[in-house]
Amino acid sequence: MTDASEHAIVVGASLAGLRGAESLRRAGFTGRITLVGSEAHAPYDRPPLSKHVLMGHVPADATTLPNLHPLDAEWRLGVAARSLNRRDRILTLADGETLAYDRLLIATGARARPWPDTAQARFAGVHTLRDRDDATALHRDLAARPGHVLVIGGGFIGCEVAAACRALDLPVTLVEPGPTPLARVLGEHLGAVVGALHAGIGVTVRSHTRVEALYNDGTGRVVRARLDNGSSIAASVVVVALGAVRNTEWLDASGLAFDEGGVDCDAAGYVLDTEGRPDRRIAAAGDVARFPHPLYGGRRVALEHWGHAVAQGEHAGRLLAEAEPGEPYAELPAFWSSQGGITIKSVGLTEGADGLVIAQGDPKAGRFLAVYGREGRCIAAVSFDCARWLPAYAERIAAGASFPPPAGASDSGALTILPPSFPAEPR
Amino acid sequence: MLQDRPEPAGSVPTDESPRAAPPLRVSVDLNRCQAYAQCCYAAPGHFVLQGREALYYDPAPSAADRLVVERARIACPVQAIHVESPGTDRR
Repeated sequence: MTDASEHAIVVGASLAGLRGAESLRRAGFTGRITLVGSEAHAPYDRPPLSKHVLMGHVPADATTLPNLHPLDAEWRLGVAARSLNRRDRILTLADGETLAYDRLLIATGARARPWPDTAQARFAGVHTLRDRDDATALHRDLAARPGHVLVIGGGFIGCEVAAACRALDLPVTLVEPGPTPLARVLGEHLGAVVGALHAGIGVTVRSHTRVEALYNDGTGRVVRARLDNGSSIAASVVVVALGAVRNTEWLDASGLAFDEGGVDCDAAGYVLDTEGRPDRRIAAAGDVARFPHPLYGGRRVALEHWGHAVAQGEHAGRLLAEAEPGEPYAELPAFWSSQGGITIKSVGLTEGADGLVIAQGDPKAGRFLAVYGREGRCIAAVSFDCARWLPAYAERIAAGASFPPPAGASDSGALTILPPSFPAEPR
Repeated sequence: MLQDRPEPAGSVPTDESPRAAPPLRVSVDLNRCQAYAQCCYAAPGHFVLQGREALYYDPAPSAADRLVVERARIACPVQAIHVESPGTDRR
């Protein structure tokens, strides 16, 4: 058991950190809790930033997260963690303050991967979208009704931004090096459905295309982009949506195992040192935590999902409060995205799928559910505008039930196993 | 209330709203949400379905609307709505 003289520090004051701190309390931790956050804002919700905030329906500063449990805590907001000394159990902040800890939760999340050319990345009108301040800046530029928006990268953020631009009736081009938008997560088969959805709302989708350089107008404002086929497109606003980099640099001298893909944890959630030994005073949760998922053969994953930040944050809080004896974290991954009026939801992980069936509905009708299989087992399900069917398939996935799932739903005939067609190289 | 144009939610105090009361904090677990739309009936203007199941909600309703927002929370068949009322001590 922990006692009242102990000090727990939560590094990272976003969703996973907040829910982790609340969970420490709920699990009976009676000592001091300090939350450290690099942003000056109290914990806020990110999903609205790429949707309703860009469309101007909700202000960027309106998404402060509700507390779900009383949290008697101290806050260090607007100051990042600089380094971790595990031998003396000292956390040093960017402003030089040192804090001694007995328990530490690493929940520093990730940041947007920047445009690789730093000079071009600084052009006015070039954005990434991750934080509240990013959303404020991008919304301001979109509200000024730019002549043409270029979105670089057809992942979830890129797709949601492109759809938001169309909702604002702005011309937008989505450039994606893969065969379709979302091909890396959904495969080319469903990616084509997403591509058609975006084409249908007026997004110009350029697949198999890379942006090679951005150009400014001589005053530092972006005006066009050169593509790898030699052509150029005009762009007064550019959104760089190339995925995320985990915030792990502050762990440099910690002796923990980490890289830009996350900090390594064992199955329970304790962080591992470079020799692979767990540090039972430190857990990690959310985007930054890379852990072996028991449902996927212990494959190490770091998940950027909202529900995962909540569930793993809560798990880590119980772990650090010593309320559970190191149970493995085994939450089924799940996410949603809404774009162009369609809601895409997923459970499980599609990576490595060798087959796909449309188990409910019909992609041509815009409402359907696809199940992904690997080696005869269900590993993931993805719904387009039919979320109520998803929980039944989530149970099959969690149970490792056989693939393909049984046919016979009222609106589907025999199930045909299709190739999901993931692109050969991920980026 | 949700805005058609950019304008801070809850920035216009109504007659019954205590001037100092901070807005509520609302988040919805959209993994859980299955678009039953009960919140949209319970608190129209704070919860709206766009398309078949894209739920669009006001994350910062005015404190004066606490009762209707609470009604929406309670009405949710899958209990996906979280509401924190003003005055709850975050510290």
